[in-house]
Amino acid sequence: MKVVDKLRAADERRVQFNQGIRGRWASLPKPARIAGAVAGIVLLFALPNLNIPFIRTDSIAGGTSFGFVLSSIAIYVLVAIGLNVVIGLAGLLDLGYIGFYAVGAYTVAIFGSPNSIVATEYPWLVCIPIAIALTMVSGVILGTPTLRLRGDYLAIVTLGFGEIIRIIAVNSAVTNGQRGIAAIPGPPGTWPAGSEFEGTPLFGPVDARPYYWLTLVLIVAVVLGVRQLERSRVGRSWLAVREDEDAASLMGVQAFKFKLWAFAIGAAIGGLSGALFASRQAYINSNSFNLLLSVMFVAAVVLGGQGNMFGVTIGTVLAFYLPERFREFQEHRDLVFGLALIVIMVLRPQGLFPSRRRAKELADRKQEAKEAMAGG
Amino acid sequence: MKISASMTADFGDLWHNLADLTVSGLTQGSIYALIALGYTLVYGVLQLINFAHSEVFLVGTYSSIILWGWFGFSSGAGAVPALGTVIVMLLLGTLMASAVSGGTALLIERIAYRPLRRKNAPRLIFLITAIGASVAISELVGVLTERKPWGVPALVRPSVQWHIDPRDIGLDIQPVDITNLQIGIVLVTIVMWYALDTFLNKTKFGLGIRSVAQDEDTAALMGVNKDRVIMLTFLLGGLAAGVAAVLYNLKIGTITFNIGFLLGIKAFTAAVLGGIGNLRGALLGGLALGLVENWGAGMFGNSWMNVVAFVVLVIVLMFRPTGLLGESLGRARA
Amino acid sequence: MRRTLVRTLTGVAVAAVLIGTAACAPSDKSGDNDAASGTCTYKIAMMGPITGDNAGLGKPILQAVQLAVEQHKAKNADKCVELVQSDDKGTEDAAPGLAQQLVADQKVLGVVGPAFSGPTSASGDIFQAGNLPIISASATRPDLADRGWTVFHRTLGNDASQGPAVAKFIKDSLKATKVFVIDDKSDYGTGLAEQATAGLGSAVIGSESIQQKQTDFSAVVAKVKTAAPDAIFFAGYYAEGGPLAAQLKSAGVDAQFIGPDGIKDQGFITGAADAAEGSIITCPCIPAEKATGTFAADYKAKFGEEAGTYAAEAFDAANVFLAGVTSGVTDRAKMLEFITAYDQPGVSKHIKFDDKGEIDKSVIVIWTYDVKGGAIVAREPIQ
Repeated sequence: MKVVDKLRAADERRVQFNQGIRGRWASLPKPARIAGAVAGIVLLFALPNLNIPFIRTDSIAGGTSFGFVLSSIAIYVLVAIGLNVVIGLAGLLDLGYIGFYAVGAYTVAIFGSPNSIVATEYPWLVCIPIAIALTMVSGVILGTPTLRLRGDYLAIVTLGFGEIIRIIAVNSAVTNGQRGIAAIPGPPGTWPAGSEFEGTPLFGPVDARPYYWLTLVLIVAVVLGVRQLERSRVGRSWLAVREDEDAASLMGVQAFKFKLWAFAIGAAIGGLSGALFASRQAYINSNSFNLLLSVMFVAAVVLGGQGNMFGVTIGTVLAFYLPERFREFQEHRDLVFGLALIVIMVLRPQGLFPSRRRAKELADRKQEAKEAMAGG
Repeated sequence: MKISASMTADFGDLWHNLADLTVSGLTQGSIYALIALGYTLVYGVLQLINFAHSEVFLVGTYSSIILWGWFGFSSGAGAVPALGTVIVMLLLGTLMASAVSGGTALLIERIAYRPLRRKNAPRLIFLITAIGASVAISELVGVLTERKPWGVPALVRPSVQWHIDPRDIGLDIQPVDITNLQIGIVLVTIVMWYALDTFLNKTKFGLGIRSVAQDEDTAALMGVNKDRVIMLTFLLGGLAAGVAAVLYNLKIGTITFNIGFLLGIKAFTAAVLGGIGNLRGALLGGLALGLVENWGAGMFGNSWMNVVAFVVLVIVLMFRPTGLLGESLGRARA
Repeated sequence: MRRTLVRTLTGVAVAAVLIGTAACAPSDKSGDNDAASGTCTYKIAMMGPITGDNAGLGKPILQAVQLAVEQHKAKNADKCVELVQSDDKGTEDAAPGLAQQLVADQKVLGVVGPAFSGPTSASGDIFQAGNLPIISASATRPDLADRGWTVFHRTLGNDASQGPAVAKFIKDSLKATKVFVIDDKSDYGTGLAEQATAGLGSAVIGSESIQQKQTDFSAVVAKVKTAAPDAIFFAGYYAEGGPLAAQLKSAGVDAQFIGPDGIKDQGFITGAADAAEGSIITCPCIPAEKATGTFAADYKAKFGEEAGTYAAEAFDAANVFLAGVTSGVTDRAKMLEFITAYDQPGVSKHIKFDDKGEIDKSVIVIWTYDVKGGAIVAREPIQ
């Protein structure tokens, strides 16, 4: 077990390092923190245009456009943040989150594309609110009967729902199965004069960077919104329910209502990212919404550190960026992924960047186990 | 009767093929039941959904083919051997599959679950690790087999044992031929289930398992070695999965690295349907699910078969989480 | 593992600080995989499943293109062309990103592919916007030609020719009067099944759909048995076709099993075991031995195996681009013009594209193959 001990020691050092940074960050005066955050965001916006050698996915032969990869990662980060509300904040295990993603995507496709079953072609700006609304409704529909179930059962039921949605997508005439729906519209706008693609539609097929930037803006908005929620009464209720549902109800917290809220909000965010995905791809079919993707989302959230939006983001970035960058290992990608899940969960179940609260919860449980063993 | 633009309910179709669909349903359901035994045992004892059990089954299928290969039997290699040889091969194949499946189950328990049990990790973590193990094993098999399908040697030639013609009694149902293989599958399943049930209820080891399932701390106080019991539970589930693997091989005739997932979900559905933690429930649930699926396919068309299975799962969990037989070793509602 | 993570993150942070000085051009390390270090001025790309579940279908195409590029290099050392491999794994998700990358690289003058219809559908708009000509050797969905892409071409007949040809074959050559059609709900399968059903007309006595990744077909088999057809046409891929054929046979269904190019793979024979024997496969692809010239021999010499499905068509597609480069084409617009005017015999058929990018219907041949003795053997083409 020497290797394991060495890993643990290295990890302890890393945790100290992180906590040192986190401590120093927290102790900075607020204006400095805001400036730092803004600088970070500016860096993210500039990223596709920077020629940082090692990082770009298009620096390898047969690689993928870096702007495209970034826009994909951004969309998935948005998904992860939504999923984090469900899993991390409210403690509900949802293995079928892909269903909401799919509903959002198909809503935009069906309402926006001239090829779909809905005859009128709505502009993108109208489709997006419809998508969010429909997804929230589906979240409530899914949640109402199932949220009374215990953790594992909820996981399986949501898994079942995710698969049901996928099979409907494959078989139904409305979604056109594997033939899919093409000509999905994007946001309006044209490239300004003087730029590379002057005059062509801004959110057009050739360059995914505008989608990346749009998604970044939405991520910032959603993150700010979720943080406000976290600190509000709603967030505290989620925390109470997550830690001990029975005690929470005893204290007067309407567990079911807040769980449903978490589900609906998480679903809405998932639907929004699905809508962005559909717009960027301009063509979707049922193949994009498989179960493995749902599992990867959950894994990315848990790996990164559930409850902590920064950790969740890092987890997602790792899970989706690394296979693109190291395309030559794609053959073994899922194998490595599975192994990584086991290793990280066994050695560090709180994830890479756990929220301090989460880390404390897990440490408490570990302590309980130790005491039980010592006493019993 | 049209349910939607793409889904029609055709009772006529279902009725015509009822006998055939029922037989297929029972056969398919038997395999679900055997795999469900593993899920239900582990859940009953640990309250853990062993997501990786589907891969325990998977390695059983591959290992039996490998064993048969050692004896020179490979797919498409012509004549069926003599009855005696077939029996020996089946027995050896089952032994091999059970051993490998059981061993894999133990390995997963040791590497993935035990460290987490020591830390008293929350359910979510167990589930993620289980998923990781499932993905890792199936991908490993995929890499090793280059994602190409493997054929199963034709050891058992289906021969019709029984021809039932409901038209003889005036029903407009197509006749069904029941083959030796189908009978064999159902019989083996019942025998296996009975053996496990007896083991659980009549032996000392079984008593240990039931006690840990009921209350692990008290069981520990009474001197039961929890770790050993858990290992035994996984082993038993693995053995059942190994038997299921051989039956599946004979029935379907070809395997690939990703057959585990769907089978696993359905088997778990069967376990839940019957009553999780309840062996009788696993058998009943498996058979019931097989029937419902096939009838559903007869009525709505094959494309919706899996939806039927998932809808059943969702409805059961929503309205009767303790399953059809109710009694369970663990608890479903929070 | 975590040390590397920390180091990488730190590295990114440091690099970000050095933004101002990191003004170097993206490293153009697009190393060609067969020839010597990439000093060629132009590139062509091959897009398709190089890894993943469908790699078996992408391999012959890739290898054929490699062969073509190599032969071209031997004859035209100064106008050499590099090959870029874009692995879309046959999925729609990866295709747009790869397409954007190819479009952005101005040295890429043409793409052989995408191999599958789905990725083509997902990336066609991107290629069109970038004016990058594509010639697919295997994407058979008919409506791809109707999307208004001037850059789209293919060197084989689409499903709209295979479907009716299969129907004709079943009715006239096999003389079957009761046909059961099964599709796998995939893009490819549904389209082909529709075409075949239309052509078969009243001969179709029943139809069903299976799901991809399905392994137990008892319900379908029950229906087929009740219907008692002479022939079964399965529009789908070998992963499902194999077990389906096996289960049909063991249930005692005694009908001729016919499938399209999706089952034309050793995997079908493995999956179906002895049920494969006697099955018939149709394909718009030419058998290697019937390809003109030395193609079959060259392929075998270089790769040590027989040319697989669509290899000959891919070889032709690649050669169209390569001929363009030889004739002095230096940019995409000129390449497009060259392709539109192209009118030469290829190893699979005479290559000339109509205004929608399709091959002239008169030279499209649908071939049939028998499964005999564990191998796929060519028989006569459908007239």
